[in-house]
Amino acid sequence: MSQSSNRVADDVRFVAKADYLKTLASLREEGFEMCVDLTAVDYLTHPGRNIAPEVLGDIALERFEVVVNLLSLSQRRRVRLRVQIAESDAVIGSAFDLYPGTEAMEREVFDMFGIKFDGHPDLTRILMPEDWQGHPLRKDYGIGNIPVQFKGAAS
Amino acid sequence: MTATENITPSQVGDITAAGTNEGRQELQLRKDVSAKEILRGSGAVLRMSESEVAALAGTQSEDQTMIINMGPQHPSTHGVLRLMLELNGETVLRCKPVIGYLHTGMEKTGESLTFMQGGTNVTRMDYASPLNNELVFALTTEKLLGIDQDIPERAVWIRMLLSELNRISSHLLFMATNGMDIGAVSMMLYGFREREEVLRFFQKVTGLRMNHNFIRPGGVAADLPAGWRDEVLSLLDALPARLAEYEILMTGQPIWRERLQGVGVITRDEAIALSATGPILRSTGLSWDLRRDMPYLRYDKVEFDVIVGSYGDAFDRYSIRLNEIRESMRIVRQVLDAMPQGDYRIQDKKVTPPPRGRIDESMEALIHHFKIFTEGFKVPEGEAYVAIESPRGEIACYIASDGSATPYRMHVRAPSFVNIQTMPHMMRGGLVADAVAVISSVDPVLGEVDR
Repeated sequence: MSQSSNRVADDVRFVAKADYLKTLASLREEGFEMCVDLTAVDYLTHPGRNIAPEVLGDIALERFEVVVNLLSLSQRRRVRLRVQIAESDAVIGSAFDLYPGTEAMEREVFDMFGIKFDGHPDLTRILMPEDWQGHPLRKDYGIGNIPVQFKGAAS
Repeated sequence: MTATENITPSQVGDITAAGTNEGRQELQLRKDVSAKEILRGSGAVLRMSESEVAALAGTQSEDQTMIINMGPQHPSTHGVLRLMLELNGETVLRCKPVIGYLHTGMEKTGESLTFMQGGTNVTRMDYASPLNNELVFALTTEKLLGIDQDIPERAVWIRMLLSELNRISSHLLFMATNGMDIGAVSMMLYGFREREEVLRFFQKVTGLRMNHNFIRPGGVAADLPAGWRDEVLSLLDALPARLAEYEILMTGQPIWRERLQGVGVITRDEAIALSATGPILRSTGLSWDLRRDMPYLRYDKVEFDVIVGSYGDAFDRYSIRLNEIRESMRIVRQVLDAMPQGDYRIQDKKVTPPPRGRIDESMEALIHHFKIFTEGFKVPEGEAYVAIESPRGEIACYIASDGSATPYRMHVRAPSFVNIQTMPHMMRGGLVADAVAVISSVDPVLGEVDR
């Protein structure tokens, strides 16, 4: 990105959804002890996202992207995984068994984007109320026209 | 008309809340949860031996235990943290933090604010160390713009000065609240008193005590005011004696040590597995500080020590923070010596508004000023993740840009949000009274947890 940058460029890897947990496990073996961040992006209105085809390989871009940042404390290295999640099949394996620290982060992604994590022990909403409708960080979740939702209102 | 009828189909994802009942977020009775969740609560995922798991999982019958709420309104929970505790007598068997009471959708808000305005949003997340939030947001934006190597030296050193002073003020706040939680109520007054002196300096520099929006993409908002050096020096001269008072008041006191030593112990492997960073990780003896291990700004040009503990208990976390104040003061002194002259923001017309004086003389400057404050500046397509060491651990900003003037997605990796996960493990088997010490030693800021 930066021409004048003398730093090493970020290590970003695109991973197929089927290989996601396998890749995590092998990276963990490689010395990435900590999953420092897990989040998602909804590329509904920006599907192209300007990625060189050679980086992408045979992975097709989808609406959702789960972004996982791993950190190696021993090697002082970071790696970022980008996993494509189709809207029709918004389910991905949970990294919980490999990195228990992803528990809250996966719940947040589920809450905000509606992406399910298969194998997560307690996949409930974490920030929004339990009976909330919709997933706020999705791009088609209207900002400014959120209906008033009351707890326990008769329906 | 009921609430649910107002919702358009697009707002309801394919997975709605319909599948779960009210209260699923809460701590469930043992008979209602899966074995896996019980085991998670008991720490089985942290590679306990099978016999340890068996000893923990099956021994409690429900009629001996009780689930109580602690918070969200409770003086020791540092805001609106709600903990559900399963108790057997006074012993905590399980604990589940329930969060979200302060959720205001700041990440969503960030998508509709320009990169110029974004600082006002992120600075309100971790309100105890706002300058670090602004810094990480500015660094990420600069990385996307490709100007991260071109920031003037003076701006970089001003950022370091403010970041370290903010670490001091944040840790002083911890000293105050930690003291109050444990019962040293006068400590609260002392901690707030010293913190206020740091905030007074911030007010002189930025105009505000908190939520400064001072560190902006491209540099800082203004140069340091006249006489700033004397202000910092008088602060640095006053603090050591106060810290020595804290030592007398707390560190050496048998009551204080009894309340903290051996309480809330976490091992190094547990801390790493739970992605804990900052003083929690360092208290386990692991020397990890992004300022030293992955330097940003000019931290590779200053000398300081990374403070580590050895037992991973609440006392270690207390003394780490106390000594980090001293290390930060050491850094601030070096910053005072090294502070270069020069510009306090990048002279890149794209991101820097013209100086106030030019607006009266030049039509172009007026238009430029108007456009930058109404439309903002465009940031190239791409994504970037930048992490820095906040007083609470690794704070990071992940921005995906679609080439417009607002972030397409702005995510803040909040250290408190992640660190809260360590609480159940620290509390298990301890007393309710120790739960207060554990919450305090994790030092969560709920504005950042819920964002």
